[in-house]
Amino acid sequence: MIELWNSLHPLVQAVIKGLAVIGVMFPFGGACSLVERKVSAWMQGRPGPNRAIPFWFAWVPVLGPFLQKLGVFHLMADGGKMFFKEDPVPGHVNKFYFYLAPVVGMIPAFTTLTVVPFGAYLDGAGKLVPLVLANLDVGILAVFAVSSLGVYSLILAGWASNSKYPFLGGIRASAQLISYELSMTLAVLPVFLVVNPPGGSGTLSLFQVVEFQSGTWQGFTFASLHGLWFGLTMPVAAVVFMVALFAETNRLPFDMAEGEADLVGGFHTEYGSMKWGLFFVAEYSNMLIGSGVFVLLFLGGWNPLPFLPLASVVGWLGSHLSPLFLHPIAMGLLSIGVFLGKALFLIFVFMWVRWTVPRFRYDQVMKLGWQKLLPLAIGNLILYAILIAIFQAKN
Amino acid sequence: MIAPAKTELVTVNIDGKEVSVPKGTNVIEAARLAGVDVPHYCYHPKLTIVGNCRMCLIEMGMPAVDPATKAPITDTATGKQKINWIPRPQIGCATNASPGLHVKTNSPMARESREGVTEFLLINHPLDCPICDQAGECKLQEHSTAYGRGYSRFVEQKNVKPKRTELGPRVTLDDERCILCSRCVRFSKEVAKDDVLGFVDRGSYSTLTCYPGKQLANNYSLNTVDICPVGALTSTDFRFKMRVWFLKQTPSIDPESSVGANTEVWSREGVIYRITPRQNDAVNDTWMADSGRVLYKQVKADNRLLAPTINGAATAAQMAIKAAADLLVGRVVPDEPRGKTAHPEDSPYRNGIAIVGSGRSSVEEQFLTKKLADALKVSAQLVSRVGAGDKILVSADRNPNVRGALVTGLITALPASQLTSLAAGIDAGKVKTVLSLGEDLTAAGLTAAQLAKVSIIYLGTHKNATSDAAKVGIPTLTVFEKSGTFVNQQFRLQKFAKAVPGPAGINDDLVTLAELVAAAGGGMVSFDLGTLWTAIAAAVPALASVSYASLSSTGLLLDATPWAALPFVEGETLHFKPAAVPAAVA
Amino acid sequence: MAYVVERKPLTLSERMYIPQILAGMRVTLKHLFAPNVTMQYPEERPAIPTGYRGVPTLVKDPNGREKCVSCQLCEFVCPPKAIRITPGSVEDQPDRTHVEKGPQAFDIDMLRCIYCGLCQEVCPEEAIFLQNQYSMTGYTRAEMVNDKARLYELGGTLPDQHFKWDKKKDAAEHGNAH
Repeated sequence: MIELWNSLHPLVQAVIKGLAVIGVMFPFGGACSLVERKVSAWMQGRPGPNRAIPFWFAWVPVLGPFLQKLGVFHLMADGGKMFFKEDPVPGHVNKFYFYLAPVVGMIPAFTTLTVVPFGAYLDGAGKLVPLVLANLDVGILAVFAVSSLGVYSLILAGWASNSKYPFLGGIRASAQLISYELSMTLAVLPVFLVVNPPGGSGTLSLFQVVEFQSGTWQGFTFASLHGLWFGLTMPVAAVVFMVALFAETNRLPFDMAEGEADLVGGFHTEYGSMKWGLFFVAEYSNMLIGSGVFVLLFLGGWNPLPFLPLASVVGWLGSHLSPLFLHPIAMGLLSIGVFLGKALFLIFVFMWVRWTVPRFRYDQVMKLGWQKLLPLAIGNLILYAILIAIFQAKN
Repeated sequence: MIAPAKTELVTVNIDGKEVSVPKGTNVIEAARLAGVDVPHYCYHPKLTIVGNCRMCLIEMGMPAVDPATKAPITDTATGKQKINWIPRPQIGCATNASPGLHVKTNSPMARESREGVTEFLLINHPLDCPICDQAGECKLQEHSTAYGRGYSRFVEQKNVKPKRTELGPRVTLDDERCILCSRCVRFSKEVAKDDVLGFVDRGSYSTLTCYPGKQLANNYSLNTVDICPVGALTSTDFRFKMRVWFLKQTPSIDPESSVGANTEVWSREGVIYRITPRQNDAVNDTWMADSGRVLYKQVKADNRLLAPTINGAATAAQMAIKAAADLLVGRVVPDEPRGKTAHPEDSPYRNGIAIVGSGRSSVEEQFLTKKLADALKVSAQLVSRVGAGDKILVSADRNPNVRGALVTGLITALPASQLTSLAAGIDAGKVKTVLSLGEDLTAAGLTAAQLAKVSIIYLGTHKNATSDAAKVGIPTLTVFEKSGTFVNQQFRLQKFAKAVPGPAGINDDLVTLAELVAAAGGGMVSFDLGTLWTAIAAAVPALASVSYASLSSTGLLLDATPWAALPFVEGETLHFKPAAVPAAVA
Repeated sequence: MAYVVERKPLTLSERMYIPQILAGMRVTLKHLFAPNVTMQYPEERPAIPTGYRGVPTLVKDPNGREKCVSCQLCEFVCPPKAIRITPGSVEDQPDRTHVEKGPQAFDIDMLRCIYCGLCQEVCPEEAIFLQNQYSMTGYTRAEMVNDKARLYELGGTLPDQHFKWDKKKDAAEHGNAH
């Protein structure tokens, strides 16, 4: 199978990969919107969407009512509606950029997905191989570089709409993203300072970061730190990164670009049907990638627990239960499961926060970004730089 | 009737307020001058005083004088002349003002007396207010609010009397509600001069009734409904039609005769429900004839003209006006110098045009008719309409505004009832086009054959033989749908206001006339009353200082001397004596 | 009078946001697992409390007779002018001799009605009541105007406390004994 894959032309490979991303991300975006509606409903003491069902499906016992209560058909109906409803384009917009904006939004959302490893397996040589569409050595740099392009989509949408509220939304989005990108990057730096000891050849690969966190308990030694996740050893960096992540994905409480309360719908006020839907698929994709990156950087990637790396778990399962677990595919699936579990939990946290915290005022967003998070991130960086200098000198 | 006002003024003290009133004025009127209302039921300023309701009880007193020396007795406490208060209440309506009279209208005794009277009146009064037409304008309701106790101490069964007695063709009596004030009895006797009403039986059996074999059928019977302070007498026509608090009142003029009785038109949402008299002491006091009260029915009559027509086919208003203008202007000989006033003696039907104006048109319409006649260089004529005067409020001249035509100069002599000259003109072929402003030419002596010979332009409200024969028919508005003025038999200029909107698509008469005047080359004239009146004031010497807005609601008496020699047909009516011997009534 | 409320200065934990946000998240998490408080409307119906002001209706007295005498007070008092009555006289009925008046037409425009209950309050005959019906639907404007027949159908019969017209009839038969 691997041979077959490798024998394909790289271009064909790329197309298949791209289609896979689209095939995963679109349903995922829709599912997220359903989950969002359900989570918000439950938090507010409501049942949430639980009405729609095709009449013939209602005849299926148990499963029919269950899916109806879950609101699955609402999700399908929403998707169908978005594809088939009339797509009005206001007369006053700049048509080219108006059509371009949602597409531009999709590009970074899907591109970054390719460089995020979502699992790993041991190959025949006992070497851990990452499951990733494109294992780039620049890893995190690529993520940051491409994902920050996403803001162009909002600015384009806001500008091309030729209408005051979308314009304000676009401007706010750009200001906010610039403000928080700095803190985000600075919060990540200590991680890579630790991962790349002085003198060695450095890497920015996310896979390497996870590798770094896959240690076991070695007694009270520095080596034991490898078993701890960076979220535990660098809590400040994790918090700063998390907050910046909320801002970067335009999620509440940093919902500046959309701002229903004061900007009608913000940048997407003039959009409808699937063009509007693309913005939301992009938003949920960004959430997933953000969560994934956070999991890789700070929550140990596909390692189930601190001091309990995936390899040990697979080894224990293989020796005690069935050697089948040692097969690379089983291991890959297990690693994907662990990784996705963590990422999905983070997505739930995104929603949880959204339905808990009210929106910040614009000046509060700016103040928080520039006056609180940025100094904190810089201070954190300096602190870890000093700590590393001290302890590595000792070693 | 109220005692004739004397010029001698006396000072009376009402509730501590000094007020000068003519000697002999009763206390109710004196109090009204002092701004105090004394409640009353049976008293009516235009009827004799009987004092049988006892509602207007007041306390009165006179300055004390020494019986022997006639010297004033001074109260030592206040240093003023002492007042001898009569220990029992007196009725205000029958107490006349005399020098030094002191009155307390609101003392505890006066209030208690009224409360007692009110309680007695309400003992047998049915709880009918929800179904009573008087509710909202009922004196008993008003005074019960002020002086009633709010609940009844009467535990026995209430008196039950007939609810629907037909006193006459237009008046229904509800006996239970009657408080026996006798206003209606006195009105019939004194004003209508038709003494048919009276009370029979005694105590709580007392009942208003007609004399045996008679009924309240005179032309003033509905005034008894107006003056009834409760809901006992109700108008059969208005009965259960609408509650009065929904109705909008618009001041108007009764157009049925040259008396010009002042009226109030009661309408709701464009529908007229009733017409009642409006007080004008110089014209109609507080009365009007029954015949004038049903005129509102012509607004929704079946034979109302609702669409402009050309040769009988409905068309747009603008098309009809254009067709009328073509008919008129096409006959004007172009080489004749314009602006020259036509002389009726020379050429009554110059260019083959005849204009038949109307004594029912308002002064403004007659003014525009005159403008049109001048522009076409012809003279207009009117049709007189004469009936028997009843010496009260219906005069012999049944046109409300013949004098308006005289004042505006539309005519110079009184009109005849037959258009003999026009008939002769048609027969001789001299007349080709007749413009009739609401006058039925067949009623004025023209035959159908004569009508068929000419092109008729008919501006009117209702269908008749002339409208049927008309080449161009332009519907107009009734007196309730437009504003304007009439000049009544006293040469009193009185205004009426638009009570309800006209049917959709029908222009105001003034609009139509103004367009015809413009088409005939008479220049642009305004159809807006305010602007039109500046033109009228400039053109008509008798109306030089008048404007529509400043015309008072009781009218303006014009100088009648230029027309004093004309043999008007009116006989004597209320507040009007003919100056000359009236001509023989046709 | 306006007055200034002094704000408490924020504590350190409040200024740090995070503990406060976590406390809020604790609350929302609790609600996430708490039972729903909503009602599944078309299947579940709310219990109507006494004194509820639903759709205005016309009621008949216990003898099944029309109570409204078309006094038009409700039409007068109605703030949005939803009520329109055409009054008329009624024929003499043997058991209602003194009621001379009744509505020929009685329309309540439910698109205008604001359910204030003033019509019920003002009615001297206790003929109009805002009852339990709360759901009015229709496809056209005309459907949303309740005419007299519909109003009586919605209203039904309510117990009478006064028997005004019965008393009146009694007085007519046995009274006048003075």
